[in-house]
Amino acid sequence: MPAIEILGLEKTYSVGFWRKRPKRALFPLQLTVEDGEIFGFLGPNGAGKTTTLKLLMGLVYPTSGSARILGQDWNEPAVKAQIGFLPEQPYFYDYLTAHELLEYYGQLSGVPAKQRSHRVNEVLHQVGLPDVKGLQLRKFSKGMLQRVGIAQAILHDPKVVFFDEPMSGLDPMGRHEVRDLMDELKYQGKTVFFSTHILSDAETLCDRVAIIHKGELRGVGAVEDLTSSVQGKIEVIWQGTQIPAAMKALGAECHVSGDRVRAIVDEKQQDAAIDALRRERQQLVSITPVRTTLESYFVEKLRRAETTAGKTV
Amino acid sequence: MNRRIAYIASNTFREAVRDRVLYNLIAFALLLSGAAILVGQISIEIEKLVVINLGLTAVSLFGVVIAIFIGIGLVSKEIEKRTLYTVLSRPVRRWEFIVGKFLGLAGTLVVNTFFMAIGVFLALFYVSHKFVKADALILIALYFIILEFLIVCSLSLLFSSFSSPLLSAVFAFSLFVVGSFAEDLRNFAGMAHGISRWLATAAAYLVPNLSAFNVISSIAHEQPVAGQLILHNTLYALFYATMALSGAVLIFEHRDLK
Amino acid sequence: MKSRRKITIMASTLLVLSLAASAFVLHCTDKLRPQATLDEVLFISSPTLVKRASLGYDGLMACIYWTRAVQYFGYRHHYYAASYNLLAPLLEITTHLDPHLIVAYEFGSSFLAPKPPHGAGEPERAVALMKYGIENNPDNWHLYYDLGFVYYMELHDYKDAEETFERGTKVPNAHPFLKIFAAQMAQHAGEYQTARMLWSATYQTTQEKQIKQNAIDHLRALRVDEDVDHLQDAVTRFGERTGRLPANIWELVSAEGLPGIPLDPDGHPYKMTPQGRIELRDPDAFPFATKGLPVGYKRKYGGMN
Repeated sequence: MPAIEILGLEKTYSVGFWRKRPKRALFPLQLTVEDGEIFGFLGPNGAGKTTTLKLLMGLVYPTSGSARILGQDWNEPAVKAQIGFLPEQPYFYDYLTAHELLEYYGQLSGVPAKQRSHRVNEVLHQVGLPDVKGLQLRKFSKGMLQRVGIAQAILHDPKVVFFDEPMSGLDPMGRHEVRDLMDELKYQGKTVFFSTHILSDAETLCDRVAIIHKGELRGVGAVEDLTSSVQGKIEVIWQGTQIPAAMKALGAECHVSGDRVRAIVDEKQQDAAIDALRRERQQLVSITPVRTTLESYFVEKLRRAETTAGKTV
Repeated sequence: MNRRIAYIASNTFREAVRDRVLYNLIAFALLLSGAAILVGQISIEIEKLVVINLGLTAVSLFGVVIAIFIGIGLVSKEIEKRTLYTVLSRPVRRWEFIVGKFLGLAGTLVVNTFFMAIGVFLALFYVSHKFVKADALILIALYFIILEFLIVCSLSLLFSSFSSPLLSAVFAFSLFVVGSFAEDLRNFAGMAHGISRWLATAAAYLVPNLSAFNVISSIAHEQPVAGQLILHNTLYALFYATMALSGAVLIFEHRDLK
Repeated sequence: MKSRRKITIMASTLLVLSLAASAFVLHCTDKLRPQATLDEVLFISSPTLVKRASLGYDGLMACIYWTRAVQYFGYRHHYYAASYNLLAPLLEITTHLDPHLIVAYEFGSSFLAPKPPHGAGEPERAVALMKYGIENNPDNWHLYYDLGFVYYMELHDYKDAEETFERGTKVPNAHPFLKIFAAQMAQHAGEYQTARMLWSATYQTTQEKQIKQNAIDHLRALRVDEDVDHLQDAVTRFGERTGRLPANIWELVSAEGLPGIPLDPDGHPYKMTPQGRIELRDPDAFPFATKGLPVGYKRKYGGMN
C-alpha cells in the first residue's frame, strides 16, 4: 500500500477583491509516494509546493481531485492522527513555552496523558533543544522555532511526516542535523515527504523526487536521473590580482576583488584550472562546488531548450 | 464534552491570561474604590445607587470591550500568524476549533466577571456596611451581563471568521450599540410602511437584542426581576449565540487558509 | 469530504432553527414587558443626567427619546389610556438633549395639557416646556403660538394668551395669523370661530402625523358642535312658533326651508329623537364633540392605566 496517493488534486484560487479572476496554483497532480520512502518535492519558490502540502493537510480545499493517505480518505481525523506536518517558516503560540506547546499538541493529537511529558522531552532532545524549559517561544530564534516545528511534527509518532522547507532558517550545522533526523525517521520505517527549493538537500537524502514548476509536475524519479543533464560548477579563489591566460582559455568568469580573484569554471575543468594556477605559481585559497539551486537547474534547462529551438529555426 | 474542544478552550483561556487581559481588573478596582470613597463622602442617600449603577455598568462595558478585542482575533489572528496550520493538521475538526475558542473566551469572561462581582459587593459593603436581601438582585444583573457577553463573544467570533480584526471590531461594536437600542429599532420598524417595514423588522430581529439584558437601573431601585424574564433571556442568549456560532462554523468550514 | 458536507448541513440547520427560536423568544419577551425601554425613564427622569450619560451623542439620543415619546403616546392613546405619566419626562428629556427639536414642543402643546384619554392632563408642565423652548429658540414663532394655544385652550387664560401671541408677532418672519389671534384674545370673540382658527393654524403648520390628526379631530368636532347648536335652535324656534315639537326631522327641515337633512362631517344625516334632541349617528367617530351625544353616552375611556 502506498503511503500517499495524490489523485488529480487541483487548485484554482480566485484573486482580486472586486472582479475575481481565477489563478491556477496547481494543475491536476498525480503522484504516489511509497511506504518508507524519503520523497523530495522540488521546485523553485512559488511553484505550488506549499499549495500541494496545504491541500494534503486540509488547510485549503481542492477545486477537484482527492488524495489517500495510508489508504484512507485524506481528511479523516483517523488519518490526521497518523501524520505530522511542519509548515513553512512555522510560527507558534508565542506565549507558551516549548514544553507547553508540545503538551497541547500532544493533547490534540491524542497522545495518552501518561506518555505525554516523557514524549515531549524525548522529541525536544531529538531536535537538539534539550534546555528550553521555562523559556517562552517569543524568545526563540528562527532556527530554534524551526526545531520546535520539527518536534511538533514528530511528537505523536506519526507514520507519515510532511515537511515544508525543513532546512530553511537553519545554519549548516542545523541542516546537517535535520538530514540525520530524516534518515533516522526513514530507518524507523516512516515515510517522509518534504519540499525544498535547494537541489543539494534532495540529492543527499531522497530516494525519489518530484519536480514541480508553475503548478505543473515536470518529472518524477531519482535525483541523478533528473539532474544529470545539468553540469556542476566550481568556484576557485586565489591570492593576487593576475588572471593567467590559461585560466581565461578555460572559459572562466573571473572577478578581481581586493587582493583576491574569484573564478567560476565548469566542474569538468577543475583539474585544468588548478594546473593553470600552479604553472603561474598563484597561491590557491579555496575550491568549492557551487550549490546548484533549482532555479539554476530550470534556468539551465530553459536556456538549453531555447538555444535548441534557435538552431532549428 | 469533546476532549479536544476542552483543550482548545483551556488554551484560549491561557492565552488571555498570558496576554495580561486580567489586568483590566486593576483598572476596575481603582475605578470602583475611587467611586465608593468619593460618593461615600458627598452623598448620603444615593451612594448605594451609585455603586450599583457604576459597578455593574463597568462590569458590562469592560467585559464587552474584552469580548470584542479578544474575540475578533480568535480566528483571524491564528490564520494570519499561521498558528492554525499545526492545529488543523491534527485530528481537530474546524467546528471543534470554533466552539473551543468560543468556550475559552466565554470562560475568560466568566472568571473576569467573578472577580469584578466580588469587587462590586465589597464596594457595596463599604458604603452601606451591611447586605440586605435585595442585594441578591445584583446576582441576576450579573447573570444577564454574562449572557450578554455570550452574545457579543459569538458575534466577534463570527466576524473574526471572515474579516480582518479591525473590520471585525467595527462590526461587533456597532452591533453591540445597535443591539442596545434594539427595542427602539423595532419601534422605528413599527412606524415604517411597505417593504421598508419588512426590511426594518427583519433587521430588528436579526441584530442582537440586548436591551432586555440591561436591568441595572431597575435592580438599583430594588425592583424585582420577573422569573419569566430570566428564562427568556437565558433562552435568547443561547439561541442567538448558537446562531452566530453556526454562522462562524459555516464560513470557517469553507475557508481556504491561504 | 463527506464529513464536511455533513457539518455544512448540520450547521445550516442549526443556524436557521436557532434564528427562528431566538426571534420567537424575543417576541415572547416583548409581550412580557411591552413598555420596557420606557421603564428607565422612571429611574433616570432627570434630563441633565441623561444628557451626561449620552456622552456627547445627544443629537442621536434626542432622536431616540423623541421616537419613544411618540410611540409611548400613540400606543397608549390607541387604548384610550387613563394616564400618560411618562409623556412629560420623555419630552423634557428629548428637549434637553436637543433644545432645537421644535416638533417636540408642538407635540407637548397638543398632548400634554388635555385631560386623559386625549392627553396627559398636565397643562403646567406644558407651559413650562413651551417657556423652555422659547428661552432656547426665541426667534421661532411656532413656540409662541404653541404656548398661547395652551393658555387659551386648556387654561382659558386669555390675558396670558394674548400677551404670548403678541410677543410672537414681534419675531422676525412671524406668521401673520398671530396678530389676528392676539386681537381675538383681546375681544373675546366667538369661541367656535377662535377655536377653529387655532386648530386650522395647527393643522396647517405641523408635519407631525399625530398632531395633524388631533387637529382634524378637533375641527370635525367643532363643526358638529356648531351644527347641533344650529339645529337645536331651529327646534326651539319651531316649538315657539307651533307650540309643539317637530314630528320628525323632515318636518323641521321643510319648516326651516333647508335643501335636505343636514349631514355631519362624515356625511351621515343628523338624527332627531322624539324628545326633540339632535343627535349624531356615530358619536364614536367624533371623540372631541361635546354636543349631539346620545343621552347617557359614555366615551371610551381608561382602556389602559
